Formats: sequence, C-alpha cells, structure tokens
Amino acid sequence: MIKLAVVYDLAGVVFATFAVLSAGDRANPRRYGNTAFWGLVALSFLAGDRLGNLGNGILVLGLALIAGLGGLGRSDPPTTSPQERQALAQRFGDRLFIPALTLPLVVAFGVLVLKPLQVHGGPLLDPKQATLISLALAAVIATAVGLILLRQPWIAPLQEGRRLMDTVGWAALLPQFLAALGAIFALAGVGDVIGRLVTAWIPMDALPVAVAVYCLGMAAFTLIMGNAFAAFPVMTAGIALPILVHRFGGNPAIVASIGMLSGFCGTLSTPLAANFNLVPAALLDLPDRYAVIKAQIPSAIPLLIANMVLMYVLAFPH
Amino acid sequence: MLTLLGVAAVVVGFAARLNPLLVVVGAAFITGLAAGRSPVEVLETFGKAFNDNRFVSAVYLVLPVVGVVERAGLRERARDLIARFRGLSAGRFLIGYLVFRQLTAALGLTSIAGPTQSVRPMIAPMAEAALERDAGPLDAAQRQRIKALAAATDNMGLLFGEDIFIAIGSILLMVGFLATAGITLDPIQLSVWAIPTALVAFLIHAGRLLLFDRASRRPRP
Repeated sequence: MIKLAVVYDLAGVVFATFAVLSAGDRANPRRYGNTAFWGLVALSFLAGDRLGNLGNGILVLGLALIAGLGGLGRSDPPTTSPQERQALAQRFGDRLFIPALTLPLVVAFGVLVLKPLQVHGGPLLDPKQATLISLALAAVIATAVGLILLRQPWIAPLQEGRRLMDTVGWAALLPQFLAALGAIFALAGVGDVIGRLVTAWIPMDALPVAVAVYCLGMAAFTLIMGNAFAAFPVMTAGIALPILVHRFGGNPAIVASIGMLSGFCGTLSTPLAANFNLVPAALLDLPDRYAVIKAQIPSAIPLLIANMVLMYVLAFPH
Repeated sequence: MLTLLGVAAVVVGFAARLNPLLVVVGAAFITGLAAGRSPVEVLETFGKAFNDNRFVSAVYLVLPVVGVVERAGLRERARDLIARFRGLSAGRFLIGYLVFRQLTAALGLTSIAGPTQSVRPMIAPMAEAALERDAGPLDAAQRQRIKALAAATDNMGLLFGEDIFIAIGSILLMVGFLATAGITLDPIQLSVWAIPTALVAFLIHAGRLLLFDRASRRPRP
C-alpha cells in the first residue's frame, strides 16, 4: 500500500533543494534565512516522526522566529523575460495547457480509478490519503510532461518552484500552524468555554432566535477558530441537539448540514482560514493580504442569512 | 475564562498585522499557560500537532510544475485565449469557473483545481485579461480586485460544492459526531441537504459577478 510517507519524503526532498538553491542565491540579501526556513520545513517532512514532540516544538519555534524577525527574503532566480514568455506563448500555443491539465486529469484518475483498486488483498493507495497521494503523483507526472513537451531546462521546476514558494513565503506554513493551535485550544477547552458562554447568556425560547443563534454561532466561532470543524462539535452539542432537535423537533440531518455550511460562511471571512484566504492572496501577489476576504464577505453575509431561512423553513415541522 | 486570552491574542495580533506565525505561537503559549500547562508541555503539544498536520503543507508539491508552465508562457497564452472570446466578460467567465468548481467538488474532485494549480496560472490571468479587454487599461486597485475575485470564486465553488459529496471530511465529521450523540445517519442524508445552500451560494455569487461586469463596463470619466 502506498502511504502518505512517500508524499512526505518527496516534499522533504523538494524543500531541501529549495534550501540548497537559496544558499547559493547571491541576489537575495537574506538568502541564509530562506535556507534555514525551507531547510527546517524539509527536516519536518523527512524526519518529523523521529524528532519527538519537543523536537518538533523547537522546530516550529525556529520557523516562527525566522519569519517573525524578518529573516525571509524573496528570491528572483533567472527566468524568461515577459517578452520571451509572450514569444513562447505564441510558439507553443495551446500545448501550454497540456501540463496544467495533466494535473487535474491525474488527480481524477487517482481518486476515481486507483483509489478503489485492490492489490494483494489490500488497497493500492491508503484510502484516507488517496487524494493527497494522487495530487503528488499528478505533480510528478505533470512536471515531466511540462519539461519534455515545452523543452524546459531540467533545473526549471526547482528554480521556478522556489520562486513561487518565496512568493508565498511564511504564509505557506500558516495553515499548518493554525491546525496546531487548534490542538492547543482543544487541550485548554477553549471551545467548551465559548459554547457555555453562548448558551448561558442568550435566551433561546423562540425557534427563530434559536436557529439564528446556532447559525450565527457557527459562523462566529469559525471566525475565531479559523475552522468550521472546530466549531461544529461545540455549537451542535451546545445548541443544535438540546434545543433545535430535542426541544423544537428539528430534523437533525438538515440542522447539522446547514449548520456546517453556516460555519463555512465564517471560513470565507477570517484570516485564520489561511489556506483559503491568505495563501491565495500571497500566491497572486496581492498587496493587501486581506483582499480575498474583502472579495468574499459580500457573498458570505447574504448566504449566512439565507442559511438561517433555509434551516427554519426546511428543518422544522410548520 | 482565562483560556480565552489566547483567542484575544489571535484577534489582536491579526488585526495589528503582526507576523501571523509569531502570533499563533504566542497565542498557543498564552492559552496553554492560562490553562495551567507548563511551557514545555505546550511546546510538545504544539510540535506534535504540527507534525500530525504536515499533509496541510504537502499541496505545495504542485508549485514546480506551475512554475515551469509559467516560465514557458502559460499565463500569457491564457490571456491571449480569453481575449479572443469577445462575448465572454470577466464576470461570466468566473461564473463558468464557479459552475465547474461546484460540480467537480460535488463529485469529490476537490483537488483538481485550486489557488495554486488553477487560479494563479490560468483563472486569474484570464479574468484579468477579459476585464482589460472590456474596461481598458487597469490600475493597481482594479488588478488586485479582479484577482481577488478569482480566488474568491474558487473558494465559493469549493466550499459550497464539496459538502454534496458523501465522503468529504466535514460530512464524515458530522456523521461521527451525531453517532456519538445517539443519532445514526447515512452520509447521503446529510449531503443532500447541502444542495439548497449550494444553489443559493451560486445565485448570490453569480449575481455579484454580473453586477461586477455591469459596473466595470460603465465608461469611466
């Protein structure tokens, strides 16, 4: 069975080459900061399971300090000029889309065909991680297709990958940092405290109020925690089950489903959902790191209101 | 109650635009110490959770191929391609992408597109070029706005499509949680009820994109 460890090893090797190439990049005044940062990421992928919990904690501290003290620079490895790219675009034409479309095709193949496949009585891909394994496989195949079809230098994937990685910078690690913060919040019982606050202070004797509190609570809690998955157990145990389902006779499937989607409205509106909001802003090189959130809030607010109406109308006997 | 200090630290740190990695680590220590844990314990818990969540960062494996095709002119090609479709405005193009993203996510194909693999190399440059063709030369604020809208459309499509698929993380979380509360449901019972919100999400966001089209076509003084 192919497991996630293969993906981690591959990622480790790629980040290690980013670190090595950074060290030799004299054009970047902070090149050793980049080497240290991506080197630590490589170490985490290659040897994270052997570092021990404290070792991983110190590694995380190192990453935060390098980023926080401004140790990361932005590389600009030699590449094709805008004019050259325009000329190449003319020459290659629609062939340029082939490597980019190889990516989704291989992912779809992995998820739809390879995932259900059985080899020697067991699954070929670790079923829990089939998507990520497929994505890594797709990345490798698409890179090879791109190199051959577009006749690019063999070092190009690593140098261009390093350029993009430096464009994203520390924001790349933020989703993983926030996931770890979620574990600390869980350890300290933060969710339960918030859940108790909400249920203790807001009277929910009328059904419309209770529906609004649950949906708003899911969204607000997601704003704070950055993740609807963290909000769901707390708000559902605190409000949805005792009040909406047991007292008012709501259909639990509809209540839960629309409740989760109300949380997603919070996801659209918080910098703590970094992989949805801050990483794309960094990838697109937007000067305002909150520009994506600002583009989403006008969709999120009416959708949240619509969710409350939908839940009220669909989930309860009228 | 003291444990909420960490939440406050996150809110203040992000609002003040301090480096988020430092803010997160700081908030972890504040929360952990307020809950009576030792600094070493906090560091160990944080380190373990960081290590357990490495899969979150593995998606950057697609950056090398994105870089290679960009080096060979993909973004320029994408811009040229869209410029040829005169009737296809930026808003309508993004509505098409929204449909694609919602439908494929509903089939469980959440990773076939995304900010890294599709928005940066193709969708954002295409939307930008379509807008430029219809509205004339763009200033920096307009460029930022259309790129941000492209990223926003990707998120809308993913978040309000994926829950229609029965084997997605959030559905499985709900099934598991409700089972511990004594409510046994089949994943499909939950996922069908994601459809009404998905439809409304489409209407709201597509409506906004059409309004954006209309606003950007208005001749500027």
